[in-house]
Amino acid sequence: MAVKDLPGQTTGTQPSRLVEMAWDPITRIVGSLGIYTKIDFQKKVVAECHATSSIFRGYSIFMKGKDPRDAHFITSRICGICGDNHCVCSVYAQNMAFGVRPPAMGEWIMNLGEAAEYMFDHNIFQENLVGVDYCENMVRETNPSVWEKAKKAEAPNAKIHGYKTIADIMTSLNPFTGDFYRQALVISRYTREMFCLMEGRHVHPSTLYAGGVGTVATQQLFTDYYTRLMRYIEYMKVCVPLHDDLFDFWYQALPGYEHNGERRILLGCWGAYQDPDHCDFTYKNMTHWGRKMFVTPGVVVDGKLVTNDLVQINLGIRILLGHSYYDDWEGEETFVPKDPLGNPVDRRHPWNMHTKPTPKKRDFANQYSWVMSPRWYDGKDHLALDTGGGAIARLWSTALSGLVDMNGYVKATGTSVQINLPKSVLSGPVSFEWKVPKWSNTLERNRARTYFQAYCAAAALHFLDKAFEELNAGRTRSWEPFTVPDEAIGCGFTEAVRGVLSHHVVIRDGKIANYHPWPPTPWNGNPRDKFGTPGPYEDAVQNTPIFEENGPDSFKGIDIMRAVRSFDPCLPCGVHMYLGDGKTIETVHSPLAPFG
Amino acid sequence: MADTVVNVLWIPAGLSCDGDSVALTAAMQPSIEEIALGALPGLPGVKFHWPLIEYSLGGAEFLEAFFKAERGELDPFVLVIEGSIANEEIKKEGYFTGFGNAPGSDQPITFSGWIDRLSPKAWAILAVGTCATYGGIHAMAGNPTGAMGILDYLGWDWKSSHGIPIVCVPGCPIHPDNLSETILYLLWQAAGKAPMIPLDEAGRPSWLFGNTVHEGCDRAGYYEQGQFASEYDSPKCLVKLGCWGPVVKCNVPKRGWIGGVGGCPNVGGICIGCTMPGFPDKFMPFMDEPPGGKLSSTVSGAYGAVVKTMRNFTMATLDKEPSWRHRGKKLTTGYTGH
Repeated sequence: MAVKDLPGQTTGTQPSRLVEMAWDPITRIVGSLGIYTKIDFQKKVVAECHATSSIFRGYSIFMKGKDPRDAHFITSRICGICGDNHCVCSVYAQNMAFGVRPPAMGEWIMNLGEAAEYMFDHNIFQENLVGVDYCENMVRETNPSVWEKAKKAEAPNAKIHGYKTIADIMTSLNPFTGDFYRQALVISRYTREMFCLMEGRHVHPSTLYAGGVGTVATQQLFTDYYTRLMRYIEYMKVCVPLHDDLFDFWYQALPGYEHNGERRILLGCWGAYQDPDHCDFTYKNMTHWGRKMFVTPGVVVDGKLVTNDLVQINLGIRILLGHSYYDDWEGEETFVPKDPLGNPVDRRHPWNMHTKPTPKKRDFANQYSWVMSPRWYDGKDHLALDTGGGAIARLWSTALSGLVDMNGYVKATGTSVQINLPKSVLSGPVSFEWKVPKWSNTLERNRARTYFQAYCAAAALHFLDKAFEELNAGRTRSWEPFTVPDEAIGCGFTEAVRGVLSHHVVIRDGKIANYHPWPPTPWNGNPRDKFGTPGPYEDAVQNTPIFEENGPDSFKGIDIMRAVRSFDPCLPCGVHMYLGDGKTIETVHSPLAPFG
Repeated sequence: MADTVVNVLWIPAGLSCDGDSVALTAAMQPSIEEIALGALPGLPGVKFHWPLIEYSLGGAEFLEAFFKAERGELDPFVLVIEGSIANEEIKKEGYFTGFGNAPGSDQPITFSGWIDRLSPKAWAILAVGTCATYGGIHAMAGNPTGAMGILDYLGWDWKSSHGIPIVCVPGCPIHPDNLSETILYLLWQAAGKAPMIPLDEAGRPSWLFGNTVHEGCDRAGYYEQGQFASEYDSPKCLVKLGCWGPVVKCNVPKRGWIGGVGGCPNVGGICIGCTMPGFPDKFMPFMDEPPGGKLSSTVSGAYGAVVKTMRNFTMATLDKEPSWRHRGKKLTTGYTGH
């Protein structure tokens, strides 16, 4: 952390001392992110913040002219922790462009692979990266009084997870020496084995293709997955109550902590897990099969569902330039003036965008980011949706739509999501219910992450039932042949682990003419746009009160880091952010992801 | 060096996806816990400076070790680099990669800047993943960054101040255990418990990359019987559908991906040559039958020796990078936008 005193400034009648502090790179995330802040220690609040990520790779540039069938092999390499989500999303987009519908078995295998990815990724991020911010060592160094409270606080679910006090939970999260920390690492490995059973390799799958998968469906394949899944379910029965105890404690120990990382409820979810009984990958039926996805797509504003129609979601996406190192594409060709249903497609839609990089010095007043500003246009406003790190938006959207019912394993009620886990070696059946929370804040983003792990475990049980149904009926084909048309367009929508993911492709002369992936981190970490709308991190960090007990001289910045990490920043997708001073926030965030 | 602590300085800030950092968390032979806690006999003390699991919150506290290493105050250290190296010379200003700021400056230190600062002092350089070793995906034809691998950047003959050539563990991403096993070997070497690490002509640990995918693939029996898949979900040999296994140096089908589970052609995924210097360009389009495939699959068996000779020829080509991965002010990838 770099510290520099700034000249005293006056805010209102109260003099305040702003201290400039920076963390670059911040640790325990994927990729490189720098956080630059000004902190008002009198008022105990973050006055100003810039976040900057500094890598440009150029995917949308070097994919031009390549064979469209190579797209998922290439785009998987965008991300080293959720590369398979890109791979899957690209396969979805190719399926649409090539007009191919994979056999049901192919979809169940892909769903099982993706379920394993969520189970692995959320787990390692929660316990081995985020968890350290809540571990004994960190809490003692930043909030000794909270540590004292934790030692006296009995854990309500101690009988289930075995940790008597909240302090015991915190100790179990200490890096390497904590037993829950170490257990999570082990679990992150066998969940990756589950993943590899279905998709071959983690994190860049080997067995996915347009048209389905190369994975050979056998009794052994699914049994090997099943046994590992049941071990994970056993673990979930402990993991969910443990995290409820930990996060509930935080609200009690530090009243006001609900404002850490809080922002207006503006959530996007693009849906996950296809239902092969409904999904034909045609654009004209996308509204229907999108609503049949096993995580329901949706835009949630101020706690209300705006839409769950994938066509409407697609058409609402706008890529604004923000303060990024790119030239505008005014005057360049519009590839897709109308979608296959005849709806007009905006020039700033991913199908029509162009990538024109112009490297510059980093200047927070002007251009300072390799990321543009994605927005969702509701017909009136360009909304700065966030994903909250993925899980909270998926649960919220699914809960409000009330469409999902996976044979009793998972059920959306309109206000909640019920998750039912069967008997396992050490325990009987257990039910959890995720209820729509009061806030979109740090603690609820984190809590949702654990609940969504349980959601995926239950969903995987459903997918296994369906896969066995196919297997036992002798329908083992998992791949369908296709040909690449000379001219076509396609789009894929899914959820990367940390939130919304779309891939848009335009094919001409049998080659890629335009390709634009839009992953979650650009949505979360973008800058103020031309309308003056700040990006999600800006809101979240700006509102964050400082509870850390260390003064400026030994300040660690734990509250800020908790807020940032709650979004599960994944910088290969790119993050640049700038928060202006005090009241107004000037933000430039350009996700690398569109380019790469 | 038996009593010394070996510092491992890890910079994932090349043009990368961080997939090689993530891979190390998957390793079980040995695991990161076992290395970090010194749970294997003969290991020297190890201190990781690795952003992914670092305890500190970052910034100056985290970067301190990197600046100390530059000043020669951290000896010995292994420099681990992840991601391809953008050619920062091809543009007028700005940066393609950044990892912290230079002291007294508000501009980032680039990835190549860090390599310049640290390589002269490193006990050894370990390049993890195909991006760092040879350039990989981001060095594909038409790329705008002039990306290259460490061998292109420092030179294929480069040796550390301790006489150790650049250690390259390719793979996209790297195989978890290939990585942790190589780290373990280097630590043993640093402790004086193992001889100089044996490397092949492309810097790869020879015990890991001495065989082809095909030699370790359990579908090779189908190949021998002339049974080739015509559809991707077939359990037979995938060589006619784009699998480059016969000419790619990699142990994945034999080892599995994690805990012996998964892999590539052994589980239905064509080998796209991701461990090779010629990756990806020389293997694209990935789903077409490799040029040598027709002939060798026709003559399989009887003319084994001839096939082996021809494969060695193909392999030599694939072991060479495309010509546009190089230093200098000129970008020759085909991109003309700057």
